[in-house]
Amino acid sequence: MSFLELAGIQKSFGPVQVVKDFDMTIEKGEFVSFLGPSGCGKTTILRMIAGFETPTAGTVIINGRNQNELKPNQRNIGMVFQAYALFPNMTVHDNVAFGLKIAGMDKSAVDARVKEMLGLIHLDHLADRYPYQMSGGQQQRVALARALAPKPQVLLLDEPLSALDAKIRVSLREEIRMIQQQLGITTVFVTHDQEEALSISDRIVVMNGGRADQIGTPFDIYNKPATRFVASFVGTLNLIEAKVVDPATNRIVIGDQEITLREPLGSIAKAGDKVSLALRPEAGSIAEGAKGDTALTGAVVSSNFLGSVIRTRMKVGDAVISFDMFNAPGLMPPAVSEIATLRFTASDLLIIRE
Amino acid sequence: MKTQKIGAWLAIFFGASYFIVPLIATFEFSLRMRRGEYSFDAYRSVFSDVQFRESFSYSIVMAILTIIFGVLLVVPTAYWVRLRLPQMRPVVEFITLMPLVIPAIVIVFGYLRIYNSSSYIPFTGSARGTDALLMFSFMTLSLPYMYRSVDTAMRTIDVGTLTEAAQSLGASWPTIMFKCIFPNVMSGVLSGAFITFAIVIGEFTMPSLLNRPAFGPYLQLIGANRAYEPPALAVIAFAITWGCMVLLQLVSRFSKSAPSKP
Repeated sequence: MSFLELAGIQKSFGPVQVVKDFDMTIEKGEFVSFLGPSGCGKTTILRMIAGFETPTAGTVIINGRNQNELKPNQRNIGMVFQAYALFPNMTVHDNVAFGLKIAGMDKSAVDARVKEMLGLIHLDHLADRYPYQMSGGQQQRVALARALAPKPQVLLLDEPLSALDAKIRVSLREEIRMIQQQLGITTVFVTHDQEEALSISDRIVVMNGGRADQIGTPFDIYNKPATRFVASFVGTLNLIEAKVVDPATNRIVIGDQEITLREPLGSIAKAGDKVSLALRPEAGSIAEGAKGDTALTGAVVSSNFLGSVIRTRMKVGDAVISFDMFNAPGLMPPAVSEIATLRFTASDLLIIRE
Repeated sequence: MKTQKIGAWLAIFFGASYFIVPLIATFEFSLRMRRGEYSFDAYRSVFSDVQFRESFSYSIVMAILTIIFGVLLVVPTAYWVRLRLPQMRPVVEFITLMPLVIPAIVIVFGYLRIYNSSSYIPFTGSARGTDALLMFSFMTLSLPYMYRSVDTAMRTIDVGTLTEAAQSLGASWPTIMFKCIFPNVMSGVLSGAFITFAIVIGEFTMPSLLNRPAFGPYLQLIGANRAYEPPALAVIAFAITWGCMVLLQLVSRFSKSAPSKP
């Protein structure tokens, strides 16, 4: 049996249904990220797990126990908020000790646990400070320690890095992942930042319009997007319209250039049908000696030097394909209108089904 | 530029004179009880008057009770409106403004009609009951100030997120209210409390018509029968009010030095 189970979850606010028939199971110790644009329902699901929202239908089960009837303060769930939510009238020590005191621990046990938690986030020297005397990154680490102190059964992170600057965000997300692995705590993380989700998750749920478009490992989500939305939301992706020539041999035509797909077309389309294909920008190259069993030729529309990479856009038929090449001394960016040949492996060209 | 500055100073001078000159005159008159020389005899007379001590003590006790019950009514109300009933905000604000619109004498006549000794809730049937009614009427009078002070203080903290953070840590509603919310709106509570104190000490209409021995009716009684004590009492009343204002300033400064926002 899974540790956290969301079964048939629905949530409506008035006439608006924000979560539609959501099912998912999460194993103990797993780190799952909910990724999606604003309003896709990811935070609402998190809030239903925490007990701050009641599902219109469906059940939230943690460790075999139905949570629907439990109030938020009875669920033993740790939560970290985007706005830190540290109690302004309490010191760092008192903030971390808050949940422990409520749990009825004696003073010496509370002090020991607070010390342990502050050591975990490397802020033991700031125990007597007030929240307003600390930076945003420090406050969020305290919020993490506070949430973890009472040993919750699940840790919920509601866009905890969104209010921080880029550098702190990267270091703190690594710290969160390290602590999560160290404690082995089941964690649900909500974010709209794909890089964050890809870098720290065991699995990612890509949410779209109240539904999970795809649930998978970061590798699968990035490399095998199940839907057009996932393909366009996660990373940069070229969406190319092609026409099926022969589904039996997987031959298609882009513009007037015929290529053969690796993925079988037989059950998806018949001759003459249109199919959507996806190609990652880093999958192709026009450099001399570039490897790949498939090639498309077209005119360069633009070429931008971005430092470590050169991003080039090339027109093939009606499609404009964007691709990135690593910068190398001696490799000049292609000129606009130059005819170039893009080489890639046929297996990198994915068929988008929805 | 220079003319503008002189004009500004003149405006301040005339404005200040409007308030200060009568006050100085009152103070000066209060010192003339002894013929031919200045003395504090009027003040001595006031402070030695048993009725002054009793009425002042009574008003102080009433002020403290009004503050306690007012805080217990206003803080949870303002909190709940912010947290769960934001759509009720205009209604609550309108209700809290009513005491400014309806004269105290109208309110007290309403009370006497509803809570008289032959009514279903005979507050005025006993001295303690009338005291309770007077305290509730003071709460009504101070509602506009108390509610606004507390609500403004609540605006500086993220009430919703703090509540959810406390809930996720296992806190019950009383714990959330008294450990997480209350200490963070203390500056607003104290501001409201000092204004309430000043209102209760100086209020005449309510205690007079409810026939209670408060400081306001005592002031009026002395003013009608004596010459030098009334100005002395006026100066004392001013001093008390100013003392409250100074405390209010100190509290607001204290709250500025401890920002509560993340």
